[in-house]
Amino acid sequence: MRQTMAGPRPWTFYVFASFFALFVLFLYGPMTVIYILSFQGPTGGLTFPMRGVSLRWFHALVAAERVGDIDGAFGRSLVLAMIVAVLTVVLSVSAGLAFRRRFAGSGLLFYLAIASLIMPGLFVGLGIAVGFQLLGLDINWYSSSLGAQLTWTLPYGLLIMFAVLGRFNRAYEEAATDLGATPWQRLREVVLPILMPGIIGVALFGFTLSYDEFPRTVLTAGTKNTLPLEIWAMTTNVTSPALFAVGTVTTIISFIAIGIALVSIAVIQRRRTRGTGERI
Amino acid sequence: MPSENGNGEIRIVNVTKRFGDMAAVQDLSLTIPDKGYCCLLGPSGCGKTTILRMIAGHETPTTGEILIGGEPVVGLSPVQRGTAMMFQSYALFPHRSVLDNVAFSLKLRGASKADRHKQARELLTKVRMERFADRLPAQLSGGQQQRVALARALITNPRVLLLDEPLSALDEYLRLRMRGELRRVQKELGITFIHVTHTQLEAIAVADLVVVMAQGRIEQAANAQEIFTAPRNAYVARFMGGQNVLSGTVDSVANGHAIIVDECGVSFSTAIAGEKPGLGSRLFGSIRRDRISVSKALGCTAASDKINSLVGEIHAIEYQGSYVKITIERSSGEEFVANIVDNEFFRDPLDIGDSVVARWSARDVLTLEGTADAKDASMGDAAGVLI
Repeated sequence: MRQTMAGPRPWTFYVFASFFALFVLFLYGPMTVIYILSFQGPTGGLTFPMRGVSLRWFHALVAAERVGDIDGAFGRSLVLAMIVAVLTVVLSVSAGLAFRRRFAGSGLLFYLAIASLIMPGLFVGLGIAVGFQLLGLDINWYSSSLGAQLTWTLPYGLLIMFAVLGRFNRAYEEAATDLGATPWQRLREVVLPILMPGIIGVALFGFTLSYDEFPRTVLTAGTKNTLPLEIWAMTTNVTSPALFAVGTVTTIISFIAIGIALVSIAVIQRRRTRGTGERI
Repeated sequence: MPSENGNGEIRIVNVTKRFGDMAAVQDLSLTIPDKGYCCLLGPSGCGKTTILRMIAGHETPTTGEILIGGEPVVGLSPVQRGTAMMFQSYALFPHRSVLDNVAFSLKLRGASKADRHKQARELLTKVRMERFADRLPAQLSGGQQQRVALARALITNPRVLLLDEPLSALDEYLRLRMRGELRRVQKELGITFIHVTHTQLEAIAVADLVVVMAQGRIEQAANAQEIFTAPRNAYVARFMGGQNVLSGTVDSVANGHAIIVDECGVSFSTAIAGEKPGLGSRLFGSIRRDRISVSKALGCTAASDKINSLVGEIHAIEYQGSYVKITIERSSGEEFVANIVDNEFFRDPLDIGDSVVARWSARDVLTLEGTADAKDASMGDAAGVLI
């Protein structure tokens, strides 16, 4: 190990390092520009140079002058993302536990579920919208969009559960049964607590996939926009740095969600291994 | 703390268990006495764990009946059976403290927190783990985890404790210590223990009843001494490892002894009880490794034209402390092992490559039940008669 560190780096190092530098530039460069420009001075425009620094455009989001229906869209997206997260957790955990046993048609069922990952999202949304129309139902963010987003989050949740359950030792369940647990007690007292870090991961995925979902939502949301749809609309008709302020605020919210999830996983893991150093 | 759950006698009656086309256990019957310590011993895949899991209620027999204390138990839950199982990986719940792991089954039964913790602490004291009550399983060593698993299984007051390879996760030193401890706990509690293992010495060290299994069947069920000194057939003799197995055809029978000659011309005599074997029929005999003397072959190497001896070359010499294990390779390629007491060996040491004669006495030869052991069967009746 030490020897390879001391020797000259192979040419592949420079190739991959340059590639990674480009990757970082493409991912974080534009985002950073947007975060900086959202603090544009009151007289500034959509591009550099910065004409002073202010919170003017953040105020514009919540003030009476109203830049679109940002707070309404934000509220809807937040509620929708939480509903999607809860449904994704309940359904993928149940499905993951069920798939541990081979049952008639389990292979077919699995591929049917996974297939929605490769279907073009825009057409899934279009199909759902047309279907609702045929049935004479109104399309709404809480009905048709919810269904459309679940076609996206459930297969992800199921795949994560497969990975989580692959490492789960069934002896825990047998031990619980052996000690007198009913199937329900076994699930509540043993299986779910042990799987909890993975379940939080599924919830996080469900939340973030829904929170910034666009292709499946755009044709199924009806008259009231979710946040990504609202931002999309703003890019065509808002010409102030308030647009960038929206980007900064939504990013902060995403990071808060991820932070909460990571901290809870870390707390659970720490509680299980606390003080491993003093093993005797 | 004797068990209050009644009789822990286990009767397995004509039990077969199939997984798909494969029969893991075939028409097996076995009775394990109440308060006995029984070891199910065999190589992996012989069906020993399947039997344990069927007694525990984690598998259901395809056909046959299992009775505990005289009551049929197929279809009952582990708690109704009065059994408790200790899993190979211990399966301690990683999110619960040692105390809560042990108290788990009391919690399920609705015992108050104070009550169940008090009982759990008492059991932890019994296994000398009370100091670790507040730890999590991940903070314990393998041996400590095993004690906790034992306490957790015993808190249900079972009449039968089932142990699935309980010592396999421990290092050699702990393994030896814990097996003594298991035996002590079993005596103290006065309940039936069934212990699955693939280690011969572990089985004969702890068990009252050793059940040697192969391919879903019982080869021999007897007490440890009998299994070791009087194996019923060539499989048990080879598997237990303390014996050399010879086979050949019957050359003559006289005075209650048969003279057997094998394919290389080695002849040995063995006592015949009951029916006289026909001349030319096949017989197996075993000779204990520690009842053999080995000396250098002097001059002519045809010294094996004597009965109850064979010649070969020393292939390996392993010092084992109180004895020396000498592996002799015969001209046929088969191995023959002699264990020589250390001071006897060092009086006139042998070396690898030496040509030697191994001798034994006819009274140390045990006649084995003939088995259709494929390896022996294939060697067939090619025995050349030399005498």
